[in-house]
Amino acid sequence: MTRKHLLGIQDLDREEILEILDTAESFQEVSTRPIKKVPTLRGKTIINLFFEASTRTRTSFEIAGKRLSADVVNVSASTSSVSKGETLIDTAKTLDAMAADCVVIRHSSSGAPNTLARLTKASIINAGDGAHEHPTQALLDAFTIRMRKGRLDDLKVAIIGDVAHSRVARSNVHLLTKFGTHVWLCSTPTLMPQGVQHMVCENRHFLHTTNSMDEAVRAADVIMMLRVQFERMNESFFPSIREYFRYFGLSRRRVEQAKPDVIIMHPGPMNRGVEIATDVADGPYSVILDQVAAGVAVRMSILYLLLGG
Amino acid sequence: MDLLVKNARLVDPARGVDTVTNVVIRAGKIRALGDGSVSDLPIFDATGLIVAPGFFDIHVHLREPGTEEAETIATGGNAAVAGGFTAVAPMPNTKPSNDNPSITHYILSEARRSSPARIFPIGAITKEQKGETLAEIGEMFEAGVVGISDDGKPVMDAQLFRRALEYSQMFDIPVIQHCEDLHLSKGGVMHEGVYSTRLGLKGIPAAAEETMVSRDLILAEMTGGKYHVAHLSTRRSVEMVRAAKVRGLRISAEVTPHHFTLTDAAVAEYDTNAKMNPPLRTADDVDAVLDGIRDGTIDAIASDHAPHHINLKMLEFDLAPFGITGLETAVGLALTKLQLPIGRLIELFSTNAQKIMRVAPWGLFEGSEADLTVLDLNRSWTFDVNKSRSLSRNSPFHGWQMKGKAVGTIVGGKVVYEDRAG
Repeated sequence: MTRKHLLGIQDLDREEILEILDTAESFQEVSTRPIKKVPTLRGKTIINLFFEASTRTRTSFEIAGKRLSADVVNVSASTSSVSKGETLIDTAKTLDAMAADCVVIRHSSSGAPNTLARLTKASIINAGDGAHEHPTQALLDAFTIRMRKGRLDDLKVAIIGDVAHSRVARSNVHLLTKFGTHVWLCSTPTLMPQGVQHMVCENRHFLHTTNSMDEAVRAADVIMMLRVQFERMNESFFPSIREYFRYFGLSRRRVEQAKPDVIIMHPGPMNRGVEIATDVADGPYSVILDQVAAGVAVRMSILYLLLGG
Repeated sequence: MDLLVKNARLVDPARGVDTVTNVVIRAGKIRALGDGSVSDLPIFDATGLIVAPGFFDIHVHLREPGTEEAETIATGGNAAVAGGFTAVAPMPNTKPSNDNPSITHYILSEARRSSPARIFPIGAITKEQKGETLAEIGEMFEAGVVGISDDGKPVMDAQLFRRALEYSQMFDIPVIQHCEDLHLSKGGVMHEGVYSTRLGLKGIPAAAEETMVSRDLILAEMTGGKYHVAHLSTRRSVEMVRAAKVRGLRISAEVTPHHFTLTDAAVAEYDTNAKMNPPLRTADDVDAVLDGIRDGTIDAIASDHAPHHINLKMLEFDLAPFGITGLETAVGLALTKLQLPIGRLIELFSTNAQKIMRVAPWGLFEGSEADLTVLDLNRSWTFDVNKSRSLSRNSPFHGWQMKGKAVGTIVGGKVVYEDRAG
């Protein structure tokens, strides 16, 4: 891979995505060894720069870096001050001065990784920016889907929930439509962003929207649930959690409308009983923990391809 | 000041003037048109150039008092004349706000001291632009304001806005609205559409502007007030203003150069110099704005010159302030992009602008203040933001190649800007 940064799925082509997934497959084995370490990135410095709380993604990147023998430093920066932008830019310059090879950034402002990429010499990996993109999540989702379904094309994937505020949804839309899989976005009209049908430039006919969860899950190969943020209720995107679950919660009854071999995904952290019933989350179709395991392999692959390739 | 402007093509659409001749200026006023035989005056050779009534930018932000690190009346005035403007109307969103005559007096005295361009301040509609109670409009009028506006803080209370449209009629000054329903736009940082969805940025829908334009036009019709729409940016806004004019309302509208040269696609790389309010809209909106300029629906071009210190524009897109500089690019962009008959362009930049603000008119007639803008329609040039006279650098037009430029600015018979570099 000739790319220096991973800022989003939108810019990647199919070959690059497949290279990441194939490389991830070869790294999967490392995590099963008694000594889970290869020397590939020895001497490289990776900084996890998280301006937003995260356990899962940050830990996943940290483990991925350490299994490749890189030196991983975690920075939890506060965004509470008014001058947070200065913090971002000054932090970027500071990290450059320390000769970091890679900065993994999560930020609540869309585009913050793009800004950082313009300012630093290090490789930038977007670990989630605002409502823009979360490319490593989409890649680990694709990895999980390919492992379970054997392919990434010609599937029906339902993505259900708060599409408007979801970077996971956006990155998955870009990735899956590139491979010719039908993506059904399902949400209340209040949480379906304007112009979403034109979000992708090509393969637009693979993108569908609906307000009916039944339509979204019918004969679906994959159901991907998005986390509902409780503060949305106060902004009147929907009247109550109870009513939300009634229309967009994943219950056992709804799972039965999908294909018999449907897989259920969730980027986490879950709200049990809000967007997903507990018996579904823990049930036989759930691949939620497979996603987490895939996350380490995929992130090892990305770090390797950007820094060591 | 005395001056002889020689061999100029004089164009003043308000007086039906379009002829090649000379302008005799004595004691800051136009004494005669035509007679080039006088020999005692300094000469400004305008051969091959157009000389027009001084351009008037009716929507700028000079940041003084309060934010002098971004712009001052002196630096803003210098940027104005370098852009071909002999006069500008600064909005009242200074710190403190221009909501009372003492601030108006301060701005005018500082302008006399330091600005080469004339300054016609705009006062606030409501105290501290809070949208709660009317500011002392009469006292500010007597102190010298030429219009009232709460600028970026639109008057959301329809009853209060009605009162402003009624009360201001005592002084026959325009009530200028930045049209934005703050509930619809809340939290938004760019136009709501395909690009905001793709970029994951919170959108400001076109409806935020249009619902307020619609409300205001109804109130303007009801009150007979003199209403002016600041920087309209959407197709439906243009259509509503056009329809209201057909019905005979006393209204006017302005547009900025960035709203007829750029679209929301300019935000793609999270460039904070593409962040302004109203936001850059779609290509279809740009087409509608261009139609509105051509058919007279839009009366004036104003820059909405909004300087911001680099420290603020370096922030993440979400956090950076709205606005771009525009005084030095407005005329070049309009000449390059619009391809209008020169008389129409001069209306947009000068004669209509004067009418909207009800200032004592100037132009190419005997006895007028000798405020003139000199244009070279054939000058090819490239805008270099680093050479800007503004204190701020927040322009998306750095490096743009343009054809046509204001190459001279004369205020009160004094040449305050001249660019002969060729």
